[in-house]
Amino acid sequence: MLVKYFLTEEQSLLVELVKRIGEEYIAPYALNWDEKEAFDMKPIQALAHADLFGIIVPKEYGGLGMGVFEMCLAVEWLSYYCAGVSTTYAASFLGAYPIILFGSKEQKEKYLPDIASGKKLCAFALTEPQAGSDAFAIKTTAKKEGDYYILNGVKQWITNGGIADIYVVVALTDPAKGPRGASAFIVENGDPGFSVGKKEKKLGLKSSVTTDLIFNDCKIPAERLISREGTGFMVALRTLDYARCGAGAQALGVAQAAFDVSLKHAKRRIQFGQPVYNFQAVNHTFAEMAMRLEAARALVYQVAKFIDSSLKEFSGASAMAKCFATDQAMWICERAIQMMGGYGYMRDYPVQKFFRDVKCLQIYEGTNEIQKNVIARELSKLYK
Amino acid sequence: MRIILCIKGVPKPETVKVDPETHTLKRESAELILNPFDRSAIEMAARLKERYGAEVIVISMGPPNVVPLLKEAYGVCADRMILLSDRVFAGSDTLATSRVLAKAIKKLSPFELILMGLKSADGETAQVPPETAALLGIPSLINVKDIFFEKGKIVAVRETEYTLEEIEVSPPLIASIYPKLDYLRPPSFKRLLEVRNKEPEILTSKDLGLKEEELGLSGSPTRVSGVFEKKFVERGEIWEGDPEELAKRLIILLKEKGFLKA
Repeated sequence: MLVKYFLTEEQSLLVELVKRIGEEYIAPYALNWDEKEAFDMKPIQALAHADLFGIIVPKEYGGLGMGVFEMCLAVEWLSYYCAGVSTTYAASFLGAYPIILFGSKEQKEKYLPDIASGKKLCAFALTEPQAGSDAFAIKTTAKKEGDYYILNGVKQWITNGGIADIYVVVALTDPAKGPRGASAFIVENGDPGFSVGKKEKKLGLKSSVTTDLIFNDCKIPAERLISREGTGFMVALRTLDYARCGAGAQALGVAQAAFDVSLKHAKRRIQFGQPVYNFQAVNHTFAEMAMRLEAARALVYQVAKFIDSSLKEFSGASAMAKCFATDQAMWICERAIQMMGGYGYMRDYPVQKFFRDVKCLQIYEGTNEIQKNVIARELSKLYK
Repeated sequence: MRIILCIKGVPKPETVKVDPETHTLKRESAELILNPFDRSAIEMAARLKERYGAEVIVISMGPPNVVPLLKEAYGVCADRMILLSDRVFAGSDTLATSRVLAKAIKKLSPFELILMGLKSADGETAQVPPETAALLGIPSLINVKDIFFEKGKIVAVRETEYTLEEIEVSPPLIASIYPKLDYLRPPSFKRLLEVRNKEPEILTSKDLGLKEEELGLSGSPTRVSGVFEKKFVERGEIWEGDPEELAKRLIILLKEKGFLKA
């Protein structure tokens, strides 16, 4: 990389360990997982043994107590090897954040140690068939009956569905109040009335698992409510504010991988008696790719550090990091295929996988159009 | 419960040089990597630590550049690191090495189990586990796939050519571990952070009460008489044609070369 980011010794050690896991447990298998649409537990097990599921979990609950920036570094370099694996990993944080940020002491003590050790994977369930970008349109209900809540409804496109043990689910406790009537709950795998729907077939991210979640009179103890009734969307949106930066970091990893593979190819591929890299149309494209990649990285890193500085208002910044980095990565992966020509298009080579994987990053955790809504809303607050 | 984990640094294949006089490997100048077979022994130690809460002490005989490898084992599961290092250890064959290991292991009594890799990638003898066991007067098992502690006994599952064997042994036992375990864990980030400020204890020949004549080249009955590169002088020939004709040609050739009586 032409730009240096001055990581601390701990952060460098973290990146080194993630790269090691990538080389040993992911790189030799990633294309095969993609081809077979297969989820493999081994890289997840390795990440667990390496303590990396504890990266954002506070130390008193067995985690590493690190910040969003370190989470982004880990996610970035996992994505370099396989964005599907990093999706499984990052989605688990999406499920863990509500408990870390808003969980009661009892909830933290019960769930966080197992999350930190990687014994239990998490998932976050907001989207429903009729409620995608329009998250407030959710219909899943949670009705209080004595010491229990009874959940009914369907969640759609939930990453880690069926492989997660802990699900954070947003449901309406008071449908009459609209968005202010939503609450967040912890549902455990095995709760009565909870089941997992079919596994989705996707364009990319094929080594990650996406399913529906079905709640059919799902009965959970009342103490599974996170925070108070009515705070469901506050919990969800705050979680997304934190986690979005991770989607930006995924984009960096995939784009870096596409860049590396295609540039090495261009230096070796001989046409017209010389490496194609010598042609200006090719090497200027790489110059442009490198600039865009480093601009995205600088933004994601800076926003992650900004979030870690514990300032309150960072929705706009985290939306910028997600939207900009994923858009740049999409462009870089498309150019990487073009720079490799036919080799870029063939499924024996990885660049086509990067291209398919990276597309989802512009869509999930809030589409890039929704990110622009957030940025515009925050700007409007500044320029009253 | 105490487990002693023995690991070895082997020269990275492309960096190794051979001493032209003694024909032994020049370990000091080579870049050392963990003997690949030892990763299974480290994994087994980690699994037993999880299963039984065992204390794991990792030891290695070698020059000071094996310290990063001890730290690697600490990163996975070891609680203590011991480096067996002395100039007089240099050039030791499997017997002299086993003498050093046996003395060091004895110093760490009481212990239930000693784990080693099946063999080393440089020497490929697989002699050190049984030789060390013989010097300590304890049993040894090779190619062990799994280990259980049951009612004061060790039950070891061993991979043989055709079967799995289950063997009951009274501890202590030296086990060399099956090299193709289904999963080998990476080090833990927490432990890697921790080990940055730790150094291994160092034991020399004096600490172990070993005499110079038992060690190094003078203590090693094995003599490497020569080391040479494998060369393919001639390329194989490919004959094509009628099978009967070719068979006749082959018989003539085998007679010429003296493999068949004329």
